[in-house]
Amino acid sequence: MNESLQRILPRAAAVLGLALTLSACDYPWYQSIQRGYRGDGQVLILNPDLHQQRFDELEIPDSMPQADPNGPRAKDVFKNVKVLGDLSADQLVRVMISMAAWVTDGEGCNFCHNMEDPSLDVKYTKVTARRMLQMVRYINSHWTKHVGATGVTCFTCHRGRPVPVNLWFENPSSPPQQDAFVGWHEAQNAPMVSIGSSALPVDPFTLYLKGSNNVRVQATSALPEHGMGASIQQAQWTYSLMMVMSKSLGVNCDYCHNTQSMGSWELSSPPRATAWYGIRMVRALNNNFEASVDPVLPAERHGPMGDGPKLYCATCHNGAFKPLYGISMLKDFPELKGDPDKAQDYLTWKQPGPGPFEHFSSFAAPALQLTAAAH
Amino acid sequence: MATYQNIFSTVQVRGPFHEGPPMDPGGSPWRRFGRPRFIDILGKFGDAQIGPFYLGFLGLTSILCGFIAFEIIGLNMFASVGWNPRQFVRQLFWLALEPPSPSCGLHVPCPLNEGGWWQMAGFFLTASLLLWWFRTYRRARALGMGTHVAWAFAAAIWLYLVLGFIRPILVGSWSEAVPFGIFPHLDWVSAFSIRYGNLFYNPFHALSIAFLYGSTLLFAMHAGTILAVSRYGGEREIEQIVDRGTASERAALFWRWTMGFNATMESIHRWAWWFAVLCPLVGGIGILLSGTVVDNWYLWAVKHGYAPPYPPIEPPVIDPATIPGAGQ
Repeated sequence: MNESLQRILPRAAAVLGLALTLSACDYPWYQSIQRGYRGDGQVLILNPDLHQQRFDELEIPDSMPQADPNGPRAKDVFKNVKVLGDLSADQLVRVMISMAAWVTDGEGCNFCHNMEDPSLDVKYTKVTARRMLQMVRYINSHWTKHVGATGVTCFTCHRGRPVPVNLWFENPSSPPQQDAFVGWHEAQNAPMVSIGSSALPVDPFTLYLKGSNNVRVQATSALPEHGMGASIQQAQWTYSLMMVMSKSLGVNCDYCHNTQSMGSWELSSPPRATAWYGIRMVRALNNNFEASVDPVLPAERHGPMGDGPKLYCATCHNGAFKPLYGISMLKDFPELKGDPDKAQDYLTWKQPGPGPFEHFSSFAAPALQLTAAAH
Repeated sequence: MATYQNIFSTVQVRGPFHEGPPMDPGGSPWRRFGRPRFIDILGKFGDAQIGPFYLGFLGLTSILCGFIAFEIIGLNMFASVGWNPRQFVRQLFWLALEPPSPSCGLHVPCPLNEGGWWQMAGFFLTASLLLWWFRTYRRARALGMGTHVAWAFAAAIWLYLVLGFIRPILVGSWSEAVPFGIFPHLDWVSAFSIRYGNLFYNPFHALSIAFLYGSTLLFAMHAGTILAVSRYGGEREIEQIVDRGTASERAALFWRWTMGFNATMESIHRWAWWFAVLCPLVGGIGILLSGTVVDNWYLWAVKHGYAPPYPPIEPPVIDPATIPGAGQ
């Protein structure tokens, strides 16, 4: 080996190594797909390999053949049937066996039922499962603007396990540390995967997915015509929620928004409206269903603050832009779609108001009113 | 003739130590300290001589104030991870000393652990910067120099003050200011842009970027030219009119022939100075106008025909909140 080669080889290896190190940061590689008019930079940034991998790992159980809809009603055959009692007994058994495959991790009927008398409500899992069954029927009947005709089943979130992987609890670091003398972090600056490992507020869940705080922070007029509007802090909370949605769906901002003007609906993509209903659906579910099973859940199912598990986008989506990549299990289980209650205002059903967020949302006392000067 | 074609200075010129001009014996009580010495590795980047040092009142108080601010910020970050040294290092880039909440408005002081520390750190950091600014001004004057460096530094301090002091006062809340932290201040920038309808449509932001990129372009052009003629002694910047060597002539001809126009040995520095100074100067104006005069830069740009309307690819989406009975 001659001398110049000896000099060049280590350098070439270093350059190659550096290139590999940098390019390997995000392997498999992301692709950008043009979504808007040329030149406006509206592109989907997706990782097809990653989504393919998630799709391959779905393992959706085969649907059992339909049961005979005729014959005696379930409520007449079995005791203590409060949901799906109008199905035939065979149909109810089919749903029950399917549910065992969807949520019990192989444990079967025993997971919820006392097998000496299956009608007894002695296990918390049975009480919870009944409420969740009502929830699934409610989602499929009321929230078609979010779940469409694809709908959801227990499997959408549970994936065969008793507890879905992606849930949230109140975060112990969320409230301001009133008692401490030093080290305040305004409930942010702790890297969490759910908020994209950013330094944004760590708990957008409580404010937006349980409370019904206003997500919108961008001004709707060119000049400040409506007072001072939202604060930068509030913008950071919204940003944090958006990171949650982005991570939950495995998509970038441009899936819904045109980053030219995030707030503009004319420039947005249709999924933004779907997501708008999704936020309200999650609020309704957390306040009316998840909250109602909290008292029956044992302590180990509660979070560090003693609250029960709550759901968010990733609970169903699991990193896919459509849960189960759009495969409908509901079509084989029409009984999981309830009858919508026409009288109910489903968008605001029993939801608490803005709540503690007022602390962050508006300016206390603007020193100068520059609004008039701007005209 | 020494040539400079390496990324390091390969030739170090070492004469006798340069002590600087004698101090006025009846003037300032402050003295220089430290004996000068040569450090070889410094000589590869700049002058190998280090010392003597002069801090004086301004330098000493500036460093003291800077140290206090640094400690307040660092200890608050340390406390926010429960004084855990491992987590402090691991999460360092995420940690910050946050400005007060909006509910504190413009109060001074805010509760200590809800923005009070931030106010204190901001005060000492600002004091440190201003004292150091006076130092650059006074040292320049003491050496009989112009004060160009001080005013360039002032442009950066202007942007700093707009972000953390002037704009928060105009909009009536300390919470609008920037947190002291690595990622937190970057997230603040993104949130700021989102809140005010995309800062890319802020013309002062655009100007600031033009001056930023322009500065790097000018820097590369100038530095490249001078290094390229260093073989003729070009780095000595001989006044080209009085005693023009062939280096300056070649440098000038190079640009006259490649782009038809050339700066002079004097004017190139004026260009560079203004480009560098205007970058934070106009940037600060852009920040100052956000939320005070303009609330949504995209809509402002549409209003003034500055944002081009792109044809939509998909049918426009209707805001669900505007559908009757949709709730909030």
